Amino acid sequence: MTAGMKVGIVRFPGSNCDADVYRAVTEGLGESATYLWHKSTDLEGVDVVVLPGGFSYGDYLRAGAIARFSPIMGEVIDFARAGGLTLGICNGFQVLCEAHLLPGALVRNRHLRFRCHDVGLRVENAATPFTTAYSEGDLLHIPIAHGEGQFVAEAATLDELEAEDRVIFRYVDRRGEATDAANPNGSARNIAGIMNHEGNILGLMPHPERHSLAVLGNTDGLAVFQSLLASVLRARGCRSDPPRAEAPEFAVGAVAGASS
Amino acid sequence: MTRTSLERVEARLGDPVMSAALVAEHGLSPEEWERILELMGREPTFTELGVFSAMWSEHCGYKNSRPLLRMLPTEGPAVVQGPGENAGVIDVGGGWGVAFKIESHNHPSAVEPYQGAATGSGGILRDVFTMGARPVAIFDSLHFGSLDSPQSRYLFDGVVRGVGDYGNCVGVPTVGGEAIFDPAYEKNPLINVMCIGVLPLERLIRGEAEGVGNPVMAVGARTGRDGIHGATFASEELDEEAVDSRPQVQVGDPFTEKLLLEASLELIERDLLIGIQDMGAAGLTSSGTEMAARSGSGIDLDVAYLPVREEGMTPYEMLLSESQERMLLVAKPEHERAVREVLERWDLQAATIGRVTDDGMFRVREDGVVRVEIPVKPLVDDCPTYVREGAMSPATAEARAVDLRPYSSFATDGEVEAALGTLLDSPSVASRRWIYEQYDTTVQTNTLEGPGSDAAVLRLPAEGRALAAATDGNGRHTWLDPRTGGRAAVAEAARNVACSGARPLAVTNCLNFGSPLRPEVYFQLAGAVEGMGEACRALRTPVTGGNVSLYNETGAQPVYPTPVIGMLGVIEDLERRVPSAFQREDDEIWVAGRTRDEIGGSEYLAACHGLVAGRPPAVDLGEAAALVDFLVEGAADGAFASAHDGSDGGLAVALAECAVGAAGGPLGCTVDLDAAPAGANVSAAGRWFGESHSRVVLTCRPGAGERIAAHGRRHGVPVARVGTVGGPGSPCRLTGAGHAIAPAAAELARIYEEAIPLRMSEEAGITS
Repeated sequence: MTAGMKVGIVRFPGSNCDADVYRAVTEGLGESATYLWHKSTDLEGVDVVVLPGGFSYGDYLRAGAIARFSPIMGEVIDFARAGGLTLGICNGFQVLCEAHLLPGALVRNRHLRFRCHDVGLRVENAATPFTTAYSEGDLLHIPIAHGEGQFVAEAATLDELEAEDRVIFRYVDRRGEATDAANPNGSARNIAGIMNHEGNILGLMPHPERHSLAVLGNTDGLAVFQSLLASVLRARGCRSDPPRAEAPEFAVGAVAGASS
Repeated sequence: MTRTSLERVEARLGDPVMSAALVAEHGLSPEEWERILELMGREPTFTELGVFSAMWSEHCGYKNSRPLLRMLPTEGPAVVQGPGENAGVIDVGGGWGVAFKIESHNHPSAVEPYQGAATGSGGILRDVFTMGARPVAIFDSLHFGSLDSPQSRYLFDGVVRGVGDYGNCVGVPTVGGEAIFDPAYEKNPLINVMCIGVLPLERLIRGEAEGVGNPVMAVGARTGRDGIHGATFASEELDEEAVDSRPQVQVGDPFTEKLLLEASLELIERDLLIGIQDMGAAGLTSSGTEMAARSGSGIDLDVAYLPVREEGMTPYEMLLSESQERMLLVAKPEHERAVREVLERWDLQAATIGRVTDDGMFRVREDGVVRVEIPVKPLVDDCPTYVREGAMSPATAEARAVDLRPYSSFATDGEVEAALGTLLDSPSVASRRWIYEQYDTTVQTNTLEGPGSDAAVLRLPAEGRALAAATDGNGRHTWLDPRTGGRAAVAEAARNVACSGARPLAVTNCLNFGSPLRPEVYFQLAGAVEGMGEACRALRTPVTGGNVSLYNETGAQPVYPTPVIGMLGVIEDLERRVPSAFQREDDEIWVAGRTRDEIGGSEYLAACHGLVAGRPPAVDLGEAAALVDFLVEGAADGAFASAHDGSDGGLAVALAECAVGAAGGPLGCTVDLDAAPAGANVSAAGRWFGESHSRVVLTCRPGAGERIAAHGRRHGVPVARVGTVGGPGSPCRLTGAGHAIAPAAAELARIYEEAIPLRMSEEAGITS
């Protein structure tokens, strides 16, 4: 019996981590997931939208640049702007930036090569709907797999992200320090993942879904999905209760098409 | 679309006139031309000549290798589909099958490394998913010239990017392979790619064209003028003009491939198809005729319906184009519409270009006018084959006769340590991290052991099971002794798979040789295939398919004869898989298998003395089979903490690799090489760096060695405790044959890790 979170995973042509997210949610967490076709305009009442990794539309032109114009993205943008929990992983992060749901951009890795290996990540903020199952300062080992993962933004934007605790994950070494050697792609300030101002949209380059199954020997990424489940349940609990002084911080499962 | 008696085959206006020169240009001998006239009963049209040229090329027709390939065993309890299909298929239990095949893309990669390698990956992926299998892993077996050569660095860099970008984009992890560097491959690099896919066995589909009137559909990318006569090109020697052959190299589009993959699997899952095949080498010609040949049917196509990329393409061009990311499929007639709908959903082109017939003819029309009409069976099955006389080359005979005694001992301990350093710094031995970190190795979340271990291990959908796979080949050994080299490729691949705990089940092979018209090359080919067949029989691992790539030579200088084996095995309980590297301090180190005085053909001679000489280590097939049983049963019993095959660089290098590969950083060790099981009169070099087969470095928890000993006795495998794993800061203390060294494990790791990156750094320069 599942607790009842439903995760919608967008399938763009060229998405290739969609099935991995599906397995993380269903096998790793025991919750339900459904694929959302890029030509569809129906989010099917999901609680969380995930934009998975891959090469949407072949990453031609620029990673994520075409995907953001697909029919489903209109709905995703409305959902996210209405406070719906939205997670973009790797190519999904690139799409979120292209859609201006997150600031900054992801450009080619500093060394101009695709890179795939485990990286050290530090949890910078555990008080978000994506990270409550972690503790601040936790060190994780999560794989990256990208050629365009160098996060760049103007200094003012970076300062704002830092000031508002919206840098959620940072690349660090074994000792937990954000050194240049620990930065796999040249990202500004070792940034691996960021959140929007409202706190309902997360984008990150590493792949938590790849480290969410016990059989593979590392479940450092599963807590992202556990955190989402907790957020959904908390929000739902609030919604069914009479209004309280503390309003839910995050609107979950916002109706598709609701205006922002 | 059956031809009426009024129709006749018409040449096109403007077609070149038949001449001996034209026939020769198409790679056909005068005897083959006579054969064509005989079976056609008339002179072929220019378009028909093109069809024969492609189908009777070495690449499609196997004219020089087919008689030899009959020596290979192809049947076994696990084999569901043997050679002759897009890919072989084995049963891995629980209702699941694994489709797999290896293929070369040597010639295109020599000319344009990035696209050559990328399209090689694309082709082998299609071969696997057209069986109904979802590709789950890619392996690349690469051979280049020395990295001291700018040209080799350029080719190496381009190939790695090409393999990586294609697989990464399609979302199939590249989890293993090999990379060998030797001047013999300077002008003719070898790029072999293996793909493995998983399918529910009831969904297995073949490349068949059955049912008169059933629609034949072309799907995927449009057809352009690229790659025309690629199959014929791949069947010729490379000359300086080959650099001008760029139009024969195709350009890959992995995005379209990903769409084709998903759409094809959906079509197969919904049971809408009769048959499906990749339009690979020789494009529409080979896919159309091979599908008809398998079903004993005919096929009637009109190229006017084929979606093309360019105006004014002739039937000749359309039939021989090797534009990538195209498939030919035969739909169930009642589902033609559903097929179209699925393809449209994936934004793919689909055009019905013909029908299946029952007259056994490959007929091609241009807007209704018949341009080609060739009986399918002789075209596909009766390609002339040749059995030639082989002879060992004088150079090989001379190299075998070299006296190796001057290289068999060391004057000082420092010389031993320097040799170990040189070997770890040899790009053929050193860490492949520079390569595999450019590959996505973990997408699809099945990777249990990735690159860097003896075999890659992937979980299977069947509960609790895992698949292990490895590729192996040794051109140097094969050059010195073809039969031994053929045996060695199989034995080493089996050993690698068994080290992970898997029972080896079946192989796919890729034969990379020079021109078979040369007696010394034919000698190598015949010997290697014979040895391969012997080893496959002894290890009960039949061949389910593969690829033959001949004419890998430039300016009369053939590559080393390089048979590459892709081996698959299954682990019943994935929790019992065995890693390669040392696991914990204080674990016992054991060696299984006998060291003999065998330094011939070794990496030690090549790297330290610039010498390729002597007899390569013998492969005793009884020992090889016993070692596999020992490893598989020992792993199932949990007797090993780690297991690592000893090969290039011998025992000393194998121990160093175990030490530097430890998951949490290098671990030291204390080992007495003299304690390892050995034959009589083994020289110092043989003990340290000899490459005797059927040897493995094992570890177990302290005090658990008796189980290793018991498994050894049971299988008649000599085993001995040789030492102990050390701590993170401790050195690798190795003693043997009167020498002792103690380099820091961290220093060995540095040499091992930096070898390739330093040679490929910006300063080294990459020319184009």
